[in-house]
Amino acid sequence: MKQQRPVDLPRWVYLPALVGAAFVLLPLVAVVAKVDWPSFLDLVTSEDSRAAFWLSLRTSLASTAACIVLGVPMAMVLARWDFRYLGVLRSLVLLPLVLPPVVGGLALLYTFGRRGLLGQSLDAMGIQIAFSTIAVVMAQTFVALPFLVVSLEGSLRTAGDRYEVAAASLGASPTTVFRRITLPLVLPGLVSGAVLAFARALGEFGATITFAGSLQGRTRTLPLEIYLQRETDPDAAVALALVLLVFAVLVIGFARQGRGAV
Amino acid sequence: MSSRPRRALLATAVLSVCLTAGCGGDDGSGASGDEGTTLTVYAAASLTQTFEAIGAEFEKQHDGVTVEFSFGGSSDLVSQIQEGAPADVFASADTANMDKLTGEDLQAADPQYFATNTLEIAVPPGNPGAVRSFADLAKAGLNVVVCAPEVPCGAAAVKVEEATGVDIAPVSEEQSVTDVLAKVTSGEADAGLVYVTDVIAAGDDVEGIAFAESAEAVNTYPIAALKDASDRDSPDSSDSSGLAQAFVDLVMSAEGQQILADAGFAPAG
Amino acid sequence: MSVEVEFFTAERDVGAALRVAAGETVALLGPNGSGKSTVLGVLAGLVRPDTGRVSIDGEVLTDIGPGSSGRMVAPHARRTALLGQDALLFPHLDALENVAFGPRSRGTHRRTARAEAQGWLEAVGVGELGRRRPGELSGGQAQRVAVARALAADPRVLLLDEPMAALDVTVQPSLRQVLRRVLADRTAVIVTHDPLDALLLADRVVVLEAGRVVEEGVSKDVLSRPRSAFGARLAGLNLVRGTWRDDAVEAEQLVVHGLIEGEAPSIGDAVIAAFRPQAVAVYREKVRGSPRNTFLVVVSEVEPRGDLVRVHAGDLVADVTVQAAADLELVQGSAVTFSVKATEVSVYGI
Repeated sequence: MKQQRPVDLPRWVYLPALVGAAFVLLPLVAVVAKVDWPSFLDLVTSEDSRAAFWLSLRTSLASTAACIVLGVPMAMVLARWDFRYLGVLRSLVLLPLVLPPVVGGLALLYTFGRRGLLGQSLDAMGIQIAFSTIAVVMAQTFVALPFLVVSLEGSLRTAGDRYEVAAASLGASPTTVFRRITLPLVLPGLVSGAVLAFARALGEFGATITFAGSLQGRTRTLPLEIYLQRETDPDAAVALALVLLVFAVLVIGFARQGRGAV
Repeated sequence: MSSRPRRALLATAVLSVCLTAGCGGDDGSGASGDEGTTLTVYAAASLTQTFEAIGAEFEKQHDGVTVEFSFGGSSDLVSQIQEGAPADVFASADTANMDKLTGEDLQAADPQYFATNTLEIAVPPGNPGAVRSFADLAKAGLNVVVCAPEVPCGAAAVKVEEATGVDIAPVSEEQSVTDVLAKVTSGEADAGLVYVTDVIAAGDDVEGIAFAESAEAVNTYPIAALKDASDRDSPDSSDSSGLAQAFVDLVMSAEGQQILADAGFAPAG
Repeated sequence: MSVEVEFFTAERDVGAALRVAAGETVALLGPNGSGKSTVLGVLAGLVRPDTGRVSIDGEVLTDIGPGSSGRMVAPHARRTALLGQDALLFPHLDALENVAFGPRSRGTHRRTARAEAQGWLEAVGVGELGRRRPGELSGGQAQRVAVARALAADPRVLLLDEPMAALDVTVQPSLRQVLRRVLADRTAVIVTHDPLDALLLADRVVVLEAGRVVEEGVSKDVLSRPRSAFGARLAGLNLVRGTWRDDAVEAEQLVVHGLIEGEAPSIGDAVIAAFRPQAVAVYREKVRGSPRNTFLVVVSEVEPRGDLVRVHAGDLVADVTVQAAADLELVQGSAVTFSVKATEVSVYGI
């Protein structure tokens, strides 16, 4: 259905909009065009590829869960608390958004690595994080968390606290208010935030390779596998990239639907 | 009033042509010896320090010539050259990648071998894992990091493993030597397999442990002058200025070889 | 459930003391910014005063200030349900679940809570709307559901903040009836702009001006003979007491026709007719025809009030424009006719 807008967009916006869309879409088309279709199935179902795919799926889901567990409370504090240094705190928490992921990986290494801030004590307790799948999840969570926090904080601010006040006046404890009012009201924001975080975790490369290393089935996720395959077998890299691409498109579509609801 | 969008369209069209084809003055790669001539050298990342020194020497010898480097993984560089990057000289860390260019007839002259490099065990200062030999790398509980078999340093490691029968179970197979080295310098890994030159370049951050078995996998570095990027498709295209070949000659000269030797490279057989 | 509140907050410069007896409804009247809502906020625990004390039935909910305990019970633990201008029904729950929210928060079993909620929906006359989402309710229906929701929470004190201000004038009377019914024997505080609300819903009126209580007393007294400036400006209602006879209010010298608020009185019942001074038209000659209420009076006082002139005639008052007052040559002792449409008059039993 075509909807008549009361005010037309300025006509000149269409051209840069078109150029922008082409700029984003053409490279994706180029990837698809590069795919070696006859051997596509063999390439993406090879043992390496399958291992990377499942590892990516598992770690991304785990880090999305971690983002929800940590990010929802963070967003609530940022959206509902009112104190002087909130702005500074928010900027600090969102820092991973602008930090190059490799630097993020280094930072994690300096913290949880064997000689890191916390890693030394962990090591003494016999806990080793580096080179483990946990490290991959941590790296992904580190870079994906801000996406969820930003998205959810926006939803919380938009929703306001009027319903929460009403619920409290009806005798609901803060936990009940959170569970029965706040959470359902911002659910679309939470879903799209979680999907964004998942997509970011899925594409994570720099922090992972710096902090977790790269070993098949344990730490070599899909992006790492693509980067490695490119060395010897560009066809396989392109085929895997397409898998990642399709996956990302599905995820973004899901996110849009989530946002559309309510 | 419709002239405005049309003008914008034109500007955008021009811009996109520029982006794809390159507008403005040619940067003079391979052009005859004008003031401001630039020689572009693509070289494996492990050559960074040595080639910069050789490049400085080259500029001293050739007035008005600037040498520009692009350092990176050999396979990255090859794919860039294949896609038309304006490289005049290419120095690879292995023969496999150089062979890709030979296959596409992009070289102006046959590649020459200018150096070799062998593996060495790098350990953090103090050698916390008490590594003494190549066989020690198979010890249980030791965090050993190697290059992935897909990259040259990893292929070399596999070759040594096969020759010696030592089966290393690495905790990580890294993308590049630098990544391996980083894991060792940060203390995450107890040992890593890198090149002799990397251990020397890392200075006090790591300790090197040479092992005799490294002779099983000697990495040979080839270098070649390339055809001019602008007309590689014409059959008689060549290194028109001779500058590229001059650079290759400097690398092969006693002077160039000394710089390489200082960094730990061995001469090519 | 008697309520006592006494507080001062510097930020809003509001300081008030208020007592609500068990089962009593107190109306807080006052202009915008006079601090009415702040009083409710302090009672509900949403506003922390600089000094002050709130207690319900002797249980101290707020106790702040030098030498006090610093106690501030959280809003949800006070059992003081707050109903505002907007219904604020939770958009993701249907009407029934909205009403059941309070009971469920207290730990009532889901099924019991829903049955209870259905009862409250019926009590406010929207028993058939339980499955509707808030988006599918009209403003009046939503506010009824909100009333049911507040009552279902079993509050010790019901706090109402201009509950009818956002509603269309055509639906106000029916909601007012609902409120009249539910507030009848309930401890409640209602903030309002409308003197009629105060008259019909509250036993007592407290007038706030610039953050201070300027007048308080029994609704009928305050509203018919206000002493404060605001009381006089906004209230000053014409109240005619009489008995119900021949579908009209029969008083000593007047017969007043009007619209019945609430249940129809029986013949001989004591009733009050109320109408605003602005609704009264003033004529020099005797009026014949449509307005059913015409009163022949003698002007006792003419009081200029800015754009308007308030004309007193015994207990009755009329507001006319300065121009009209001049045209009519109104002075003390003028014989005039006061006229008011029956639709502008509210009649209710006492």
